[in-house]
Amino acid sequence: MADNQYILEVQDMKKHFNIGGKKLKAVDGITFGVRKGETLGIVGESGCGKSTAGKTIIGLYDITGGDVLFHGKSIKNMNTKDRRAYSRNMQMVFQDPYASLNPRMTVGDVIAEGIDIHGLAKNRAERTNRVQELLDAVGLNAEHAGRFPHEFSGGQRQRIGIARALAIQPEFIVADEPISALDVSVQAQVINLFQKLQKERGLTYLFIAHDLAMVKHISDRIGVMYLGKMMELTTSAKLYAKPLHPYTRSLLSAIPIPDPEVERTRERIILQGEVPSPMNPPSGCPFRTRCPHAMDVCAKTMPPMKEIEEGHFAACHLY
Amino acid sequence: MATTNEKNRILEVDDLHVSFKTYAGEVQAVRGVTFHLDKGEVLAIVGESGCGKSVTAQTIMRLVPTPPSFIKKGSIVFNEKEDIVKLSERQMQRVRGSEMGMIFQDPMTSLNPTMTVGKQISESLIKHQGMSKSQAMSRSLEMLRLVGISNPEGRLKQYPHELSGGMRQRVMIAIALACSPKLLIADEPTTALDVTIQAQIIELMQELKEKTESSIIMITHDLGVVAEMADRVIVMYAGKIVEEGTLDEIFYESRHPYTWGLLRSVPRLDAENKSDLVPIPGTPPDLFAPPKGCAFADRCPYAMKVCLDNDPEKFVVKGEHRAACWLCHPDAPKVERPVETGGAV
Amino acid sequence: MQQISKDQFLPIEREQLGTEKIVRPSVNFWADAWRRLRKNKLAMGGLIILVVLTLTSIIAPFLTNHTYDFQDYSNLSKSPSKQFLFGTDEFGRDLWTRVWWGTRISLFIGIVAALVDLVIGVLYGGISAYFGGRVDDIMMRIMEVIYSIPYLLVTILLIMYLEPGITTIIIAYSITGWVGMARLVRGQILQIKEQEFVLAARTLGASPWRIILRHLIPNALGIIIVQITFVVPSAIFTEAFLSFLGLGIKAPLASLGALISDGIGVLQFYPYRLVIPTIIFSLILLSFNVLGDGLRDALDPKMRK
Repeated sequence: MADNQYILEVQDMKKHFNIGGKKLKAVDGITFGVRKGETLGIVGESGCGKSTAGKTIIGLYDITGGDVLFHGKSIKNMNTKDRRAYSRNMQMVFQDPYASLNPRMTVGDVIAEGIDIHGLAKNRAERTNRVQELLDAVGLNAEHAGRFPHEFSGGQRQRIGIARALAIQPEFIVADEPISALDVSVQAQVINLFQKLQKERGLTYLFIAHDLAMVKHISDRIGVMYLGKMMELTTSAKLYAKPLHPYTRSLLSAIPIPDPEVERTRERIILQGEVPSPMNPPSGCPFRTRCPHAMDVCAKTMPPMKEIEEGHFAACHLY
Repeated sequence: MATTNEKNRILEVDDLHVSFKTYAGEVQAVRGVTFHLDKGEVLAIVGESGCGKSVTAQTIMRLVPTPPSFIKKGSIVFNEKEDIVKLSERQMQRVRGSEMGMIFQDPMTSLNPTMTVGKQISESLIKHQGMSKSQAMSRSLEMLRLVGISNPEGRLKQYPHELSGGMRQRVMIAIALACSPKLLIADEPTTALDVTIQAQIIELMQELKEKTESSIIMITHDLGVVAEMADRVIVMYAGKIVEEGTLDEIFYESRHPYTWGLLRSVPRLDAENKSDLVPIPGTPPDLFAPPKGCAFADRCPYAMKVCLDNDPEKFVVKGEHRAACWLCHPDAPKVERPVETGGAV
Repeated sequence: MQQISKDQFLPIEREQLGTEKIVRPSVNFWADAWRRLRKNKLAMGGLIILVVLTLTSIIAPFLTNHTYDFQDYSNLSKSPSKQFLFGTDEFGRDLWTRVWWGTRISLFIGIVAALVDLVIGVLYGGISAYFGGRVDDIMMRIMEVIYSIPYLLVTILLIMYLEPGITTIIIAYSITGWVGMARLVRGQILQIKEQEFVLAARTLGASPWRIILRHLIPNALGIIIVQITFVVPSAIFTEAFLSFLGLGIKAPLASLGALISDGIGVLQFYPYRLVIPTIIFSLILLSFNVLGDGLRDALDPKMRK
């Protein structure tokens, strides 16, 4: 089974942007770890910072505060050699199938780019072979290598993106909303592909999405984010069966279930009000403006993330 | 049954065919769609992108640019008196806004950024109901209250960019309902919204369903939203209706393999075990050259010889529950429905 | 219900359901754009005219024995005839040769302007956009200063110190003319830079060089090409304007603009001296513009399908 060691450790990570003089605290101190071979899901609504978190972890953004350790090594101040090694071990699958592939390159070249950059193929024949293997692994035909991205459907393009990420054989993949832009039945194809590849290659996933039902399906553990902070972190079963944080509860309640009988008999918690702007988050706990249990202390200090039960963390003054 | 003076059948669409002329040929977006909507009903049209549901909805309001689109065949009888297909643009302008309202998917781009909220709601009131500016403004205020916007007096003077996504959607609903239209078309009204906001909007629409007399056509790909809102459901694929029935019939007694496919590929939040999702393999057909037989045949695990050569007609399953599938033919082999309840477990 | 025989209800044999097939033949971006351009009759017309004019300007002077500067005093200001296909001017010079020489020169100026744009403009805009931040800020400010200096002013100043002629014009353009292209390229690359496929390349560990050459520039090429087809006629026109002011090409060489300028003075007596170069000049400008419009439509990915 999976090693109990964390191969990725995110420690109080912060990512702030400077937008026209004002500070946008996209990610404001999140802490979690990912174990080898597991799938950690990160969910949240718009403005919660999950995408920014993913891009900061993989190094597309420079970290503003806190640290990220991969196999114990910090990603801050990496030299070129370290960066190359890091990119060999950690790759990303992107959200928009229509923007994540260079329209001027053939599919074969897109997939082989990592191989070319890191010099992993000794000659042309080996390169072609590897591309064909990868196309096969994601359920496409070898003859597709000579075609261009615009000739493929959204789901196929996502698969090409996955093949590209796999080409250099990383052990860790950050998937940033990989299925949000796809049709429902195609989402299932891609999710199944993710799971199959994980079993075959022992991959570790950080799966970022806003569709909690999908995230619950694929993840072992889930972290819930709201306005740059993490509200709850636990296994997906426990998150559904016994949500501790009020935000998690209302999130679960808000998700429609495709079963009329269940819908008719369900009790719903409908949150009032809007999601505050991330440029101007509420003081203390950012959820307090919509929380049915808000107390005075919630406006004063942000509750720390505490282990309420074994393996089940929540950041809430109720506990 | 309805009395003869009370109009009960709000919309009757009969054999509608809509195509697009492109430089590469004719794309048949809608290929023979027949359905109806009665007063007070919520009809959900479900399907994936490219199935023709949006084109159908927009054609009902004649909002699709013509050219390149054109209505090849069929009729759309509104309120039992006029055929939308035959109306001139001028006549349609009278219908739109006053008798038919539409809510669009993207609240960011569907509101005019240069007009205040109050002005946008009042526009149709002034035009269609001949109200004066002040009358229209006070009715707009009422509408904002009706859709649950906080501080409605202040909002009247605000511009769309000052409002959040959820609020803009409410404003759109207010605009659509301002003249108490008989028909409200909601085209993916919650797709672009966050889940918690989506829940608010759906709750609002359910309240409005009770309070107003509008009948609603809801276009969506989200089966969860359908389960919450719809009375009846139509499932579309490749420009045709493959199954239609009441909400419970579609979720619990479906008969078309595509419907089964949809239900099995959607994960449920309350699922106990993590069995594989069952996706529908392959991709929808190219509508430049729709296949001769059933458009779903090459992705259907139950396809038979007849499916390749003949397009199935709508078979009656029970009452108003119909499915366009050769499996419903008396000579077809009996197939066990692979999905017990709605959504994959 | 139609009658269907019972054996029709047997399931079909299938090795693999839903194999991923692509029906239409593969077509890369440039081939697709060419196909769309071909359908645009106006643009193709422009292209053909340009090709014809260019070839003629190269070959035509060799078809006669006249040169562009030989002054034949026995044939002053003659109308077009078999001996002098376009007639002669007041110095007895053969206009056929001069007009085609003029065309060569005008086209040459256009091409040089395009090259300057390509080399200086694209690189400047590309570098500014790629590095962003302070580099971009500084480079943009410099560009704005240059932009505010009128090209004509620079040319006139230069001519006061150097002699009027092709070299001066080219130097002046190299100082100020490329700014439009730089701006355009910068805007385009700023946009492309944020696209996910560029992020993917960065994540894979691509070097900045690789990103610029394989990802940024190829995707900006469309805009660059279209801009060039507008820059060329603009440069030709500007030179013509300079010729009107007497600041253009030095005699006895003449560009089309200079010929037109000469022709205006004698319009009443020898109209052919104005009409002929004007027609050719207008054809060149028109063709470039029409071709540029057509290219813009053909290369615009949003217009696909």
